[in-house]
Amino acid sequence: MGGWVVRGIKTGIKTTRYPEEQESRAGVSPGLPVFGGEGERAVEVCPTQALSVIDGGVAVDYRRCIHCFRCVRTADAAPVAWQSGYEWAADAAAEAGPATTLDRKAFDHSLQVLVVDGGDCGACLSEVAQLNNPYYNMHRLGFFITPTPRIADVLLLVGPVTDQMRDAIKQAYDAMPTPKRVVAAGVCALSGGIFGPSFSVGSGAADVVPVDVLVPGCPPPPLAILHGLLVAVQRKPPAAITSPAGLAEQAEVAR
Amino acid sequence: MLYSAWQLRVPKGVLKVTLANLLVEADLRWSGNIQVRRQTSRHTRGCEIECSPEAVPEFCGWLFSEKGYSFASLIAEEHESQWELRYVWYGNGDDGIVLVVARQPLAEQTFATLIGHVHAIDWSEREVEDLFGLVFKGHPRLGDFVLHDDRWNREITPMRNGSDASAPLIRCLPEREWRPLLVLEAPGAFAMPIGPIYSGVAESALFLLETQGEDVVRCVPRLFYKYRGIEKIAEGKPIAHALLLAERCNGTSAFAHGLAFCQAAEAVCAVEAPGRAKGLRVLLAELERFRHHAGAIREICESTGLLVGTSQAAILEEELLSLSCAFTGHRYLFGLNTIGGLTRDFEPGHCLQLLATAHDILKRLKQVEKMLRYSNSFLDRIEEVGIVTSDEAREFGLVGPIARGSGISRDVRKLQPYSGYDGFSFDVPCEMEGDGYARLRILFAEAEQSVRIMEQAVSVLPGGTVCAGPVQVSPGAALGWAEAPRGAAFHWLRIGVDGMVARYHLATPSFLNWNGFHLAAERFAFQDFPIIMATFGLSVAENDR
Repeated sequence: MGGWVVRGIKTGIKTTRYPEEQESRAGVSPGLPVFGGEGERAVEVCPTQALSVIDGGVAVDYRRCIHCFRCVRTADAAPVAWQSGYEWAADAAAEAGPATTLDRKAFDHSLQVLVVDGGDCGACLSEVAQLNNPYYNMHRLGFFITPTPRIADVLLLVGPVTDQMRDAIKQAYDAMPTPKRVVAAGVCALSGGIFGPSFSVGSGAADVVPVDVLVPGCPPPPLAILHGLLVAVQRKPPAAITSPAGLAEQAEVAR
Repeated sequence: MLYSAWQLRVPKGVLKVTLANLLVEADLRWSGNIQVRRQTSRHTRGCEIECSPEAVPEFCGWLFSEKGYSFASLIAEEHESQWELRYVWYGNGDDGIVLVVARQPLAEQTFATLIGHVHAIDWSEREVEDLFGLVFKGHPRLGDFVLHDDRWNREITPMRNGSDASAPLIRCLPEREWRPLLVLEAPGAFAMPIGPIYSGVAESALFLLETQGEDVVRCVPRLFYKYRGIEKIAEGKPIAHALLLAERCNGTSAFAHGLAFCQAAEAVCAVEAPGRAKGLRVLLAELERFRHHAGAIREICESTGLLVGTSQAAILEEELLSLSCAFTGHRYLFGLNTIGGLTRDFEPGHCLQLLATAHDILKRLKQVEKMLRYSNSFLDRIEEVGIVTSDEAREFGLVGPIARGSGISRDVRKLQPYSGYDGFSFDVPCEMEGDGYARLRILFAEAEQSVRIMEQAVSVLPGGTVCAGPVQVSPGAALGWAEAPRGAAFHWLRIGVDGMVARYHLATPSFLNWNGFHLAAERFAFQDFPIIMATFGLSVAENDR
């Protein structure tokens, strides 16, 4: 059994320096399209209507982009601009209207996270499971996964929320003590993704519980989920859920 | 004697049932009741046998118990004037894939059950009953399966043609209480419910463990909390859109499912992927298997509380995930398959780099294996725990690494090679014990074989394009299959005259394997339950679809 100790020490430190420094290792994120370029064809091939043409180029709604790469790989479409970052989490309240100030003090100690699966395909949940691996190790940031809603501060919800999970999720949310935050991770949880809304699936977590932080991605890579948790406790500034920011208001003005 | 013919370890040629022999024999024995129709497609060494509905149970029972065919799936289709039920069977090598078709007028909603002959069909019939409203006469346990009785009216049949997939259905009001059927009657007996939300990072499912104290006497999984209705929402969509759904039926084996779907679509539209695409598909499918198995090993270590082992395996899993992302653009290989090939090509230098890294990771995985083999505290938890015997595995139709841990070395890569797998040499590992440790050893051995296949795939990779070009969508139906990391996956695709998906059916390995999960969980103590779950390594999403 001593072999494990030796092996563990020999392995050395693998953990990322994020959030103090940006992670530069290859393959930590699939990236997302970003505002710019031009391409009516790219908008056409987008299966989830995440792209739209506005003044100055192609705009992206991250609540809908599912990383199908059709806008960059369709032969006759001019590829859209692509960003390779991972700090994607957005503040739902700020996106909905004037920003409300969260109570900072409530979450300045360690954070207990309840992970709930609302019908994801397994990829989002797999990425959440990676948060505990030595590369990301969220414990060093004071984030812990809890088995019970009774002591949970944050509900990390993945999946489009299927009909048969609605009640269970509502009950879990109600069982959490206040103040509490909900982080919706993955495109399914933001808009129903490719599944919803349909006869058995809703249009995301917001149907069931009030969502505070939106983490786009299909699935969001571990660092994006980590960023989402950091946004939930205000240790990192949020990103915009559309590119360019405030796309909805622009569309409103145009109308 | 016939039973042993079903296992691959019998020397070839001793009892070889070829398809032609089978059909001659079937014709003699079942004359009048069956009619052999046609070769299903040029890729399939198989046939479609039309069978009168009354004769189906006995004929399928004969295929299963005397001819050694494995049950893959039951596909129900509602046509304009008739029901069409397809029972999918696959055998060794030349036996091919046999589709037994039974037809009945729409008004006739009762079919005979096969459960007396083939136990593996249990869940498939329950699924069809729930989603289509067909009744299987003689089936002992129908209802409350896909659609839970406390949320949906029994009359709701979402897969019927008239049902609207886009609108929420009207549910039963007031919502009914659901009470599990408990059978254990003994002093102090109680049922322990686990789920649907439970500890850690786990998929939603409910397990009812009936116990008298220490040992789990009866384990009843209640699944389909994650029912997304993929089969229904795919209907009426273009096939390119259905491909996105196929990939996302299970994100952790997305490439294999996408591949099975693409092969079905390619068979319908009569396109063939170029040789380079086939080779790259094998490379990527094996990369996915390697990554999946590293993750499964991590979960097993985690369930036994072996922290350093967990971390070591997790490092390898993360490295494989980021390797996949650096190589293909996506950590779970989404968006690579397309009808007729792949969406992107890879440079030879990158392929060699991928191979070098995969070899390095495999080397370290083998070191972990060696250390696990000498960790007594770890072995104590998984050895002789969660045993599934070979007979049980066959009876319940288990597939994939779980079946191979129980002495059944069936692998569709060998049995019904696709995408050029017959050109690669690799072994299908097989263990006899059927316990958790046997399943763990299978995972390690398969990971090694995957790298072996990857190496061959890169070395013989032909040049040329990776996509057959624009596909002419034509109506028709075909079956596509692939050995997903968790076992054999079969995708049935029917394209309508409008060029849209008319019926899409996914037969996933987890659906077949969950049916036999209770075999492993029963008779063992409570504290073994998470370990048995981990050694089964099943996906709920893949089952619930």
